[in-house]
Amino acid sequence: MSDVLSAPHRLEYPYRRSVGPVLGRFLAGLRDGRFEGIRARDGRVIVPPQEHDPVTAEPLDEWVPVGPGGVVVSWAWIADPLSNQPLDRPFAWALVRLDGADTALLHAVDAVHPDAMRTGMRVAVRWRGERVGDIRDVECFVPEPA
Amino acid sequence: MSDEPVRSIRTPVALDYRYTPGLAASRFLRAVADGRLIGQRCPACGRVYIPPRGSCPTDGVPTEEEVELADTGVITTFCVVNVPFAGHAIEMPYVAASIVLDGADISFQHLVQGVPADRVRIGMRVRAVWRPREEWGPTLENIRHFEPVEAQP
Repeated sequence: MSDVLSAPHRLEYPYRRSVGPVLGRFLAGLRDGRFEGIRARDGRVIVPPQEHDPVTAEPLDEWVPVGPGGVVVSWAWIADPLSNQPLDRPFAWALVRLDGADTALLHAVDAVHPDAMRTGMRVAVRWRGERVGDIRDVECFVPEPA
Repeated sequence: MSDEPVRSIRTPVALDYRYTPGLAASRFLRAVADGRLIGQRCPACGRVYIPPRGSCPTDGVPTEEEVELADTGVITTFCVVNVPFAGHAIEMPYVAASIVLDGADISFQHLVQGVPADRVRIGMRVRAVWRPREEWGPTLENIRHFEPVEAQP
């Protein structure tokens, strides 16, 4: 019915979430263009870092530089990105285990085609030019040249 | 590069809708774009609804008769708001009021300004203050706010 009006309507909640001292330091590191993990009691390096040991629940405070490259341990292809996703073209969500880390970080990999993606592939970080202390300071990861 | 600690991150959540007001309210909004306020009268109970919804909630019958209403009315209830909200540059405090237009049988909400918030009263007569005509569109925001008809004592 052409005589019925219609208009876009956005319902938005402008949340701001406090991150705590550990994620706060991790994000400040991103702002400086570096990754840091935290060592758990069993020696594993956890990235993104946690405030407490996942097994013993003890507070953790031993920081370990990691990355900036890493390995894809799992991925999913996004053929039709949504407006709020990191890239405006098809990309892969990937779990990236940064060099020196024992856990994986979820982020985007800017690959032109799913054929360019495989588990075990190496990726390099692409930093955003203007960084503020947010996971989006990492624009994405990109496949490392073979 | 900032040395400030990172204490928080922005995590907005948004839902994007395409809103359609339906046939009756579309006619209402098109009339508003022309500076007119159009209600609809129920053929059973005779009540006049504005904004019209196309049917009477009491009698459940279509409301096809259109009634042009004045842009003056009476405050039936109101709320003094002291909390600003993002994206709206409005002077604090402001008053949101239910207003029954002359000739209508149901209220709708709008702003009341041009009077100190503590002088607004139930029963106060108000009139619409329209934006400049070149800013009009199919929205009740064409009415900037309502203000008292007469200077208050």
